[in-house]
Amino acid sequence: MKISRDDVLYVAELANLELNESEVETFRGQLDAILTYIDKLKQLDVSAVEPMAQVIQSAASPGGALRDDVVRECDVADAILEQAPEAKKPYFRVPKVIER
Amino acid sequence: MSAANTWTIPAVREALESKRISARELTAEFYSRIEKRNPELNAFLALSPERAYAQADHIDKLRARNEKLPPLAGVPVAIKDVISTRGIRTTCGSRILENYVPPYDATAVEKLESAGAVILGKTNCDEFAMGSSNENSAYGPVRNPVDTDRVPGGSSGGSAAAVAAGLAVAALGTDTGGSIRQPGAFCGIPAMMPTYGRVSRYGLIAFASSLDRIGPFATTVHDTARVLSVIEGYDANDSTSADVPQSDYSEEMEKPIRGMRIGIPTEYFGEGMDPEVRTKVEAGIELMKRLGCLPVALRMPHTEYAIATYYIVATAEASSNLARFDGVRYGLRVHGDSLREMYKKTRGRGFGPEVKRRIMLGTYALSSGYYDAYYLRAQKVRTLIARDFILAFEKVDAIVTPTSPSTAFRLGERTTDPLSMYLADIYTVTGSLAGTPGISVPCGMTSARLPVGLQIFGSRFAESRVVQLAHAFESAGGFRI
Repeated sequence: MKISRDDVLYVAELANLELNESEVETFRGQLDAILTYIDKLKQLDVSAVEPMAQVIQSAASPGGALRDDVVRECDVADAILEQAPEAKKPYFRVPKVIER
Repeated sequence: MSAANTWTIPAVREALESKRISARELTAEFYSRIEKRNPELNAFLALSPERAYAQADHIDKLRARNEKLPPLAGVPVAIKDVISTRGIRTTCGSRILENYVPPYDATAVEKLESAGAVILGKTNCDEFAMGSSNENSAYGPVRNPVDTDRVPGGSSGGSAAAVAAGLAVAALGTDTGGSIRQPGAFCGIPAMMPTYGRVSRYGLIAFASSLDRIGPFATTVHDTARVLSVIEGYDANDSTSADVPQSDYSEEMEKPIRGMRIGIPTEYFGEGMDPEVRTKVEAGIELMKRLGCLPVALRMPHTEYAIATYYIVATAEASSNLARFDGVRYGLRVHGDSLREMYKKTRGRGFGPEVKRRIMLGTYALSSGYYDAYYLRAQKVRTLIARDFILAFEKVDAIVTPTSPSTAFRLGERTTDPLSMYLADIYTVTGSLAGTPGISVPCGMTSARLPVGLQIFGSRFAESRVVQLAHAFESAGGFRI
């Protein structure tokens, strides 16, 4: 068994995900099976292989150049705040974070 | 579906130019079809008649003044619900975005509309595009119009079903590991995943950013290419957008395919494939041979590692991308006593089981102590899979495979075992990891009258080769083989 109940609870905590009792048990079994399958990647020797994080690897490839990071006017604050579950312009409202 | 039911892009154009029908009448015709058929299929989640009729009226004004019509004038299209549409509810098939209305359009949507297309509405999909059957939508599954007891495939099941049922002339889907090509195969229509970087992802609500692509569904290869040539092109709003010229594929497509070298990788014809799928795809390859293609046997030795690689890379990226759904800025909020409690409750209530499973898997793969063993290792194997494609394209012009090992399965048939559902993505995830373009085209039907899909991969930015071969196959009767 690769994944214990404690592993599931720990990862759920990292992911900010509330799980109920039955989800904890279901996910434990399913993640265990999936990770056992994924272990087949260990059959390969990748010690001399570069990781591929992106399809577009370098500025030399077509479309590989990143655009300049330029600050632009962006007048969308109101439209965005309209979608917020709770807002008080110009802010999003959240439960109290710091106790005095 | 009768032939009279099927509109193509040239048919729409001809009807509008000859004044046989107005764009407004055509739009109304499609809404009436949707009204009749959607209650059963559940392909559309939201309709946008106000915007659609405004666009139709605009096209009709151009017609009244005898002005030149833009390339997709009056063409009724549907948009997968993970793609942002200004003023039209966009849920990603999730409860967590149940009431979300984007304040802007995705670049692909903006381009479609500028080209004259009429946006009918938003199509159902697996939640956040995670799934291969459309059964992971929070708004109920889509039914396959070919056989309504069966799934349309996923995750772009609503877009595929809408086009196959004649409820839209074309549709946009997204493909991360097969989510355009596999539903195209299951519903019996052409479906194209462009090269990574060809179509801007701006406004596509991210699942796995290094894999996600927007692409078209239509009823002919020509129409698929027509939509692609409109939505593609460099976009400064997407840092991974490729600065390559836009193409008009129509000319390339008519070139003869005699002498084209088509790679047949052994690894895509192994165990686990439905024998009837094999028979049809082999018949498809025979047809290509008769058209003058030269088959080349290939080995792509890292294919068997693609599923394991994909389900680490995609879930790791997803766990990071979906962190933004926390009840603060948009969508659902479930109240909690502290900020963290609010996050946890919102996400626990808002996400469905498949999304939670993938967030858990991705978080685990990125967590301290496991990063090297899972995520970094998967990224290295991804290099090997991409290299298989690079080496193959030194020998061949295109690679021909089945799209999926099976045809459309019954609703509920595979929902209990997520791993078995993942394993069925074997023929599509490879090209996703490598960044290459791929199309699925119909390749006959099984004895149970279920469509089979044949997949064609090209090298990066070689879409013209892909559609050239696909179009020749279609013209020679390959779709009904």
